[in-house]
Amino acid sequence: MLQTKALQYSYDGRNQLHFPDIDCKKGEHWLLLGQSGSGKTTLLHLLGGLLSPQEGVVNIDGTNIASLKGSALDRFRGQRVGIIFQKAHFVKSLTVEENMLLAQQLAGAPPSKPRIRALLERLNVGHKYRSKPDRLSAGEQQRVAIARALVNQPAIILADEPTSALDDVNCNEVIHLLEEQATAVAATLLVVTHDSRLKAAFHNQIHLQSLQGNPL
Amino acid sequence: MSLFQLSWKNLTNKPLSLALNLILFALGTGLISLLLLLSSQLQEKFDKNLAGIDLVIGAKGSPLQLILCSMYHVDTPTGNISIKEAKPFMRPGHPLIKAAVPLSMGDNYKNYRIVGTTHDILALYNAEIQEGKKWEKIWETTIGAAVANDLGLKIGDRFQSSHGFASDVDMAHEGDFTVVGILKPSGAVVDQLILTNTQTIWAVHEHAAEASADSTAHEAHTDDSKPLIEYEDKDITSLLIQFKSRNYMTLNMGRSINENTDMQAAMPAFEINRLYANMGVGVDALQALAFAIILVSGLSIFISLFSSLKERRYELALMRVMGASRSRLFFLIILEGLLLAVLGCIIGLLLSHGGMAILSGLMKDAYRYAFSGWVFLKEEWILLAGALAIGVLAAVIPAIMAGKTDISETLAEG
Repeated sequence: MLQTKALQYSYDGRNQLHFPDIDCKKGEHWLLLGQSGSGKTTLLHLLGGLLSPQEGVVNIDGTNIASLKGSALDRFRGQRVGIIFQKAHFVKSLTVEENMLLAQQLAGAPPSKPRIRALLERLNVGHKYRSKPDRLSAGEQQRVAIARALVNQPAIILADEPTSALDDVNCNEVIHLLEEQATAVAATLLVVTHDSRLKAAFHNQIHLQSLQGNPL
Repeated sequence: MSLFQLSWKNLTNKPLSLALNLILFALGTGLISLLLLLSSQLQEKFDKNLAGIDLVIGAKGSPLQLILCSMYHVDTPTGNISIKEAKPFMRPGHPLIKAAVPLSMGDNYKNYRIVGTTHDILALYNAEIQEGKKWEKIWETTIGAAVANDLGLKIGDRFQSSHGFASDVDMAHEGDFTVVGILKPSGAVVDQLILTNTQTIWAVHEHAAEASADSTAHEAHTDDSKPLIEYEDKDITSLLIQFKSRNYMTLNMGRSINENTDMQAAMPAFEINRLYANMGVGVDALQALAFAIILVSGLSIFISLFSSLKERRYELALMRVMGASRSRLFFLIILEGLLLAVLGCIIGLLLSHGGMAILSGLMKDAYRYAFSGWVFLKEEWILLAGALAIGVLAAVIPAIMAGKTDISETLAEG
C-alpha cells in the first residue's frame, strides 16, 4: 500500500537525509519514531507528495507519485491521503462542518452532510459542527482534524506528531480514536512522532536515525 | 462549499475591512455615476427645450440670463422691451421669421411662473391640450401638466397670482385667474408654466399700480380685442424667434439688433454651449476626484488581500494538502478581489440612483425640470466593466502569490 525505496532528500545540497525503506501493507498501523531533526516531517511530506524526492521512489496504492504532475497530484493527494498535523489548522472563516465540506469538495467527492455529522459524532465533537474552529479546545481541534483526514475515506492516513500538544488523557483518547477510525475505513495508518507515550500502542515501528551534527 | 461561497465567507469573516473596501469603492463609482446622470439629464433637458428656437430678443443685459429666463425659466428677466421696438419682428409675413412668440413674465402662483404669450408657444414645444381648451380671454389660463399635478388644479379652479418669481402671500395681486385648460405632459418646460395671454399680465400690473387710488373693476382697463402689435406703448419681456432657415441674413439680424437697437439678441445654441463649457470644468474636477477615489479603493483591495495572505498562508497550504490545485487558489483570491469591486460598484450605483431620486425633488425647484433617478445609462455598464478590471488588477499579485504557496515549507513552519 505504502512503499518507499532509497528515499533521499537534501535542503541545501550538502546534508543528505537518507530514509529507511518502508513497506506498509493495507490496513496496517505503523509508528515512525525519531528525535527532533531526524527528518521526520520531511519524510512525511515526501510520503504525502508535498515534497518531491530527489532520489528514490514513493509508491502509494501502486502509483508512483513522482509520475503525477501539478493538479493531478493535488487531486490524488486529496482523494487517497489524509494528513493530520501536529497543530490542527483550519480555514478560519468556515465552521467545522464547512471545513469538512471543503475537504470533500477539494478532493472532488460529493458533499455529504450526514457522513460529516456521523464522523464528528464518532469523534465526540458532533455538537461542535457549527462552531468556528478557533472556538474549540486543542483536543477538540485535533479530533476535528482527524475527522477531516478521514472524510474522503483515504487509503493512507499520515499523522505528524498528532499528540505532542496534548496531555496524557487527550493523547490516549486521540491515538485510540485514530487507530479505531483508521480501522473503520480500512486505511493504512502511519504516525510520525518523537512521543514515546505512543510506543506501547503500535506493534509495527520504524526508528529514524538521528543525523548527528546535521540538525534540520 | 463552492469557490464563490468560500471567497464570500473569507470576506465576511473580516467585516471591517470588507466595509472599508466597499465604502471606498462605492464612493468612487457612485460619484462618477452621479456625475454621468446629472450631466446627461441636464443636457437632455436643455436640448429638449431648445425647441428649435434660433434667437431670443429681450432687454440688454447678460445674454445667458436672457436665455435662461426666456427658455428655461430659471433666471430673472433682463428687463422689458417695448412692443414698438419689437414690432418689426412680430409682424406676420416677415421674410426670414417663421415664428415669433412674445413672453411676458413677472408673476407666479405658488412658485410656478405665469407667462403671458400667444398660442404659437404650443407649436414651439409641440404641446397639446389634454383637457379643456386654450386660453382665449383675459384671465383665462391653460396650465402645464406638472403644475396641474403638483398643485391639484382642475378646470374651473380660480387662483390669485403673486408678484415676482417666488411665492409670497404679502405680494398677492388682486384678480382671479381661471383654469380653462390643462396640457399633456411633454417633458419640456411648458409642463411647468401657467400660460395666459399677454393682456392679462398687463392687466395685473396696471391694476396693482392703480389699486391704491382707484378700486374699480380691472376688466375696464385692458381690452384684449386688438392684435398685440397695436399696443405700441406696452412692454413685453422677450421674444422667442424661429427662423425659416438659417443663413447669413439671419446671422446679421442678431448682430444688427445688438448694434442698432436698445434690445439684445442672444443665440441659445451658442449660450448653452458656453454654459456647458463652464460647467465642464467643475464636472471634470469632480470626475478626476472620483477616479482618484477609485484608484485608492483598488489599492485598498490590493493591500487587504495582500496582508490577509500572510495570516492565511497555512490555510492555503492546507487547502493544497486537501487537493486544491495552484490555479484554484489563484482563482480564489481573484474572486475575492472581483467580489469586492463588483459589490462596491453596485452599491455605488444604487447610491447614485437613489441620491438622484432624492435630488430630483430638490432640483425641481431650482431647474424647473423633473429629474429621474431610475434611468440607466450605457456608460454605467462601462463603469461596471471598469470595476471588474480594477478588481482583477488589484487581486492579481496576491493571487499569483497564493498560487505559489510552498506547501511543505509553510506547513513545516506551522
